[in-house]
Amino acid sequence: MSPILIGALIHNQLWYLLPLLISICLVYGATRHELIGPILIHAFRFGTWIVGFMAVLFVLLCLMSWNL
Amino acid sequence: MSQAGSSDSSEVIEVDLRNQKVAALLAWLWPGAGHIYQRRYGKGALFMTCILGTFFFGLVLGGGHVVYASSWNDVGPGARPGFKGLFSRWHFGCQACVGAPVLPALVQRIRVSSGREPLFNKFMAPPNDPTPYSPQNGDDDLAVWNKQMGNAFELGTLYTIIAGLLNVLAIYDAYAGPFTAVPEEEQKKNGNGKKRKTQPENT
Repeated sequence: MSPILIGALIHNQLWYLLPLLISICLVYGATRHELIGPILIHAFRFGTWIVGFMAVLFVLLCLMSWNL
Repeated sequence: MSQAGSSDSSEVIEVDLRNQKVAALLAWLWPGAGHIYQRRYGKGALFMTCILGTFFFGLVLGGGHVVYASSWNDVGPGARPGFKGLFSRWHFGCQACVGAPVLPALVQRIRVSSGREPLFNKFMAPPNDPTPYSPQNGDDDLAVWNKQMGNAFELGTLYTIIAGLLNVLAIYDAYAGPFTAVPEEEQKKNGNGKKRKTQPENT
């Protein structure tokens, strides 16, 4: 991996998404369950769903802007 | 005592919500405090860590300026002090759901609206808005902060708003227990056709 790519990865603003995603998933999971096990499972599923949804949107936007 | 659980009947557990209104008030005042009052220590710690972590991370990102009670026009010269214009900045309406951590914003607003200088290097103070612009009126704080911090200012605002909205969920959880439907068998047993999130017990 080239240093430029590594630098771009480190300074990518998408990293700001990570703490927000963890926080939202855990709080949302905690409002649905009482025990830590089900909370974590729900949070993981919800997080996967959010990331998947964003990935689909990313691919759609990439395709829409292919020749622009 | 209240019953709470998910659609999976094996997970239905009893939750002692104690005084629900007090718990909700505490949950608003300090995220997680309502749950600790209800002796739901694990969830209290989780809410406190997640919500306050998000809030303070956003506050640090925005240099302590992303949370303020209103714009200068609502508190500056000629404006009436009081609740008028308190939520003229809609972001503050969401941020205020975090409770006590936004208290400095109210103190700064009261100071500025009564013509005094804001404290602590304008921490949570309404930004000075010299409209119409003249050098005597001072800097346009909002423009300066945006220039200095770039998109960190926007990100900080977003983080603090989301923290407030997450606390709304936590307040609801403190008031009514986990937001899950009681299993159908349980509903039939209670003779209630409607889905109920919790089933408070008369004490």
